[in-house]
Amino acid sequence: MACISEMKDRRREMSMLQLKSPTSRFLALTMFLQFVSVMAVWASEPEGSSFNGTNIFDPASTPAKSIADPSVFVLAITGIIFVVVFALLVYSVVKFRGRAIEAGREPAQVYGSTQIELAWTIIPILIVVVLFLATARVIHAIEDVPEPAGAVDVIAVRHQYWWEFRYPKLGVVTANELHIPVSDPDHPTPTFLQLLSADTDHSFWVPELAGKTDLIPNHPNRMWMDPQRTGVFLGQCAQYCGTQHAKMLLRVSVDGPEDFAAWVRAQQRPAVEDVGVIEGMRVFESNACMNCHAVGGTSADGRFGPDLTHLMSRATIAAGAAKNTHDNLRLWVQNPSAIKPGSLMPAMKLSDADLDAVVNYMETLR
Amino acid sequence: MSAVTTSFPNTAAAWDLPSCGRVAMAGLIIAESAIFTIFVVAYLFYLGKSITGPTPREVLETPIFYTICLLSSSFTIHFASKSLERDSTRLFLALWLLTIALGGLFLYGTAQEWHRLICDRGLTISTNLFGTTYYSLVGLHAFHVTAGLLMLSVAAIFGFAGRMGASQSGRIAVLSMYWHFVDAVWVVVFTVVYVLGR
Amino acid sequence: MSSNAITIPGTQMGARPWVDELHQWLTTVDHKRLGILYIVSALLFLVVGGVEAFIIRIQLIHSHNTFVSPEVFNRMFTMHGTTMIFFVAMPILFGFANYLVPLMIGARDMAFPRLNAFSFWLSFLGGLLLYFSFIGGSGLYGAGSAPDVGWWSYAPLGARAFSPGHSSDYWTLALLVSGFGSIGTAINIIATILCLRCPGMRLNRMPLFAWLNLVMAGMVLLAIAPLSAAQIMLLIDRYLGGHFFDTQAGGSAVLWMHFFWVFGHPEVYVLIIPCFAFMSEIIPVFSRKPIFGYPVMVAATVCIAFVSMSVWAHHMFTIGMNSYANSFFTLTTMAVGVPTGIKIFNWIGTMWGGRIQFKTPMMFSIAFLFQFLIAGLTGIMMAASPFDWQLSLSYFVVAHFHYVIVGGILFALFGAFYYWYPKMTGRMLSERLGKWHFWLFLIGFHLTFDVMHIPGILGMPRRIYTYEPGRGWDSLNFIITIGAFIQGIAILVFVANLIISYFKGAQAGNDPWDAWTLEWSISSPPRAYNFATVPIVASRRPLWDLKHPEDPDSRYE
Repeated sequence: MACISEMKDRRREMSMLQLKSPTSRFLALTMFLQFVSVMAVWASEPEGSSFNGTNIFDPASTPAKSIADPSVFVLAITGIIFVVVFALLVYSVVKFRGRAIEAGREPAQVYGSTQIELAWTIIPILIVVVLFLATARVIHAIEDVPEPAGAVDVIAVRHQYWWEFRYPKLGVVTANELHIPVSDPDHPTPTFLQLLSADTDHSFWVPELAGKTDLIPNHPNRMWMDPQRTGVFLGQCAQYCGTQHAKMLLRVSVDGPEDFAAWVRAQQRPAVEDVGVIEGMRVFESNACMNCHAVGGTSADGRFGPDLTHLMSRATIAAGAAKNTHDNLRLWVQNPSAIKPGSLMPAMKLSDADLDAVVNYMETLR
Repeated sequence: MSAVTTSFPNTAAAWDLPSCGRVAMAGLIIAESAIFTIFVVAYLFYLGKSITGPTPREVLETPIFYTICLLSSSFTIHFASKSLERDSTRLFLALWLLTIALGGLFLYGTAQEWHRLICDRGLTISTNLFGTTYYSLVGLHAFHVTAGLLMLSVAAIFGFAGRMGASQSGRIAVLSMYWHFVDAVWVVVFTVVYVLGR
Repeated sequence: MSSNAITIPGTQMGARPWVDELHQWLTTVDHKRLGILYIVSALLFLVVGGVEAFIIRIQLIHSHNTFVSPEVFNRMFTMHGTTMIFFVAMPILFGFANYLVPLMIGARDMAFPRLNAFSFWLSFLGGLLLYFSFIGGSGLYGAGSAPDVGWWSYAPLGARAFSPGHSSDYWTLALLVSGFGSIGTAINIIATILCLRCPGMRLNRMPLFAWLNLVMAGMVLLAIAPLSAAQIMLLIDRYLGGHFFDTQAGGSAVLWMHFFWVFGHPEVYVLIIPCFAFMSEIIPVFSRKPIFGYPVMVAATVCIAFVSMSVWAHHMFTIGMNSYANSFFTLTTMAVGVPTGIKIFNWIGTMWGGRIQFKTPMMFSIAFLFQFLIAGLTGIMMAASPFDWQLSLSYFVVAHFHYVIVGGILFALFGAFYYWYPKMTGRMLSERLGKWHFWLFLIGFHLTFDVMHIPGILGMPRRIYTYEPGRGWDSLNFIITIGAFIQGIAILVFVANLIISYFKGAQAGNDPWDAWTLEWSISSPPRAYNFATVPIVASRRPLWDLKHPEDPDSRYE
């Protein structure tokens, strides 16, 4: 309230302020540290999978790559915006710190500025236009791709809590582990998946191969991937679908052309018949197993649970919940809830003898 | 930390603000319109998508008479409201009761139609998508008509007790806003269900 | 209390029997008391929701943990989300609006005091109903359980077939009931602002707090309705055999998603706009300058309200919409960032050239600016739908929205608490405890939510009760959980501050912050009637005009 004459002039000079108070020093330091950590997070796009990777910035297939590359561009733009605005914020916090001795003197009361407002309206609009155009191109590039003649067709049907994979042109039905051929960029052999659901909403997400697409009942979806290196790619269900949503894991095995052909041939064969396990086969067929499970070439033709014709060709059971070993298999048949509580397979309450017999039988299903 | 005396300058031009009741009713109408819009969207989305069961074309009969009843009740309530502003309470009460009667007639028509659909044509809310969306949409409207009739009846009771006069015309105007809204919704529902839907 | 106060017959100054006091609180229609009821009940639910968050974080602290079963975990994240959005964030913001809007526009109460009370109790009842599900949820099927369908209850997971028992119904009814309460409050706020402003307070002289709450209330009217409609449809499906979302009968699960997100996206703007309001009151006072660009701030908020009604399907980029729909929603989502960014620039413009006082409300506000900037930018990243095809449904999204809700909304709320607590109680909150609260919470927040972006990039989906080792997620989740505990400690410091300062805080007086809006012209706490004489205002900052009669705002507006 002191210097009335100064206050009449609303465009006073600003004096240089010094960073005297501990509070403002701490604040500035913290903001700098936050800046560093944010930069670190943004910069942490690990190259290559040092883990069993599911890193979206390590694409192995065209859709994933078409996402990762422009995403880096988006990151760069937002990074620049962040740096600029952050700098303005830190500057204003540091420079315009009020000193105690100036209490009672009010600074120039500025109400606004049309030019500045226009500037910081137009520039963001331009940024939005650029980002949108860059993005729209990628959307069309991924979604509107027609299916070429040489593509592998897979129908993926989601169930609570397992994946069913059918290859209609190849006559193969399997579960939980997908095998697809590697695609040579010069002679592409992409895999096109039709995505269906038998019950609730799910989502197919293998980050290094493609963005996720949901599987929704009564709403077929389509996605494609053309992996350019062989290997096993991991993923899992991303849309909450019930109790065991966490254990709907995906293993996508990308095989070279000969390996893929060999796998297809093996899957096309009916179930191995081994007289040594006739006892187990009898247990399988006389209990309720065949109501839910199918074994090609036998009378078991249930579709509610995974197809078991080539069960032993898979590395895991229960949609990745456990490794496919004798002990796990035995435990699973005895009491599924021990491995995957909430799974829809009931405990069959078999006697120990029956249990061993049926597990021995299942272990012949290669 | 200065203590400030609260003596504000004593100059004020005429300060006219809208009436609270009208603004509140307008707000309620906006919210209700949003709810109805969602049910209308569901109805339109599911047109032709029923897997089984009777289709609209097979079972619906256009309720022209009852629609005329409801829409003319908008006129009667408008004139009732106007006559209350002029303090002609007896004319107000007569027109008000006529409004209630016309609204009640509309509800009777809806009940009759539903009875026919359920008992003669076998269309219930669980029959197919058409049944679900039809009964929900028309039912939601009928529910709002019922709520309106209840409020109108309460006002009528006060009218009979001699409590209605020109000073109450603000409240009556608010009620009649609601009633006009109910009629407007029926225009939309009628168009969607009986005109577009077939 | 000032010595020249008017004594009202029947209000004794001495101690009252606690039963009388309780009765007063339960039957009050006074906007100030209802505001406090909203705030206190929201804080109680905040603690409960926080415990649920702790349970989630402990379960996820390392892979294959068995702290809770999958069923319990799924209930925890459902209840945590539902509680925080509907029974913490919305009520607490309604509480502040209830308390402050009449004071700021020079009114004696809200337009409809009884509707106000009714809306509060509906909202509170909704919360109790939701938590009763722990006892009553499963109905005939055994001991009770809370809903476990996620706070969106996507169809067909919410249908009878996949959610037997009553747990889902508690979710539906609780939200339906409190939704009606919210609509009542919104109607009340709109009627109050449009019809009860004091003379001279034209719409372009209202505090920004009132403007932004007006916009928020308008959005509530339009946004809550789709949720209520969808829930009525869900109840029809579950109990009357309807087929709205019954895919076997040709119904569409996607329709539920559209209806839910037509509610869900405007809802998050309903939550953030009152926080913009807090910032627009606090930052000017502690920078000692008026808000930079008042008309632009109003226009930007209205613009946000409109555009935000057109962006909802960016929550649905992965469901397989065609490329034109995806492109449209990408464009609108990016567009809504423009007015939002303008507001950030205006706040910085307010601080620019000012004399910033680093009191606790201002520190929370500065942290808000920083964090909301980052949250907005991660939102822009996900607006690009291809990027979203990777980031959606992962922990990147969880990090993004917690950045907005905790880093934005909660920080703004803390600022509001420290700023207006003196007005509501007559006592200052302790600055020392306030600084402890601020720094602890800041560190815990960043430890948790900065790091949380990384598992999302590394492929960790959300809503999973456990995860596989060897994906690179273990150590990250460990750090996130530690941050959560630090935040918990900070909240304890905050609650301690609230309680201790109530009894031992310094007397606040009318105007401890040397502020400029009407609520600072009356006593702390205000009398029941608010203003002895209805004020008449001539500018946006009536108290500035009074304190600086030689240089009033009214000369420049």
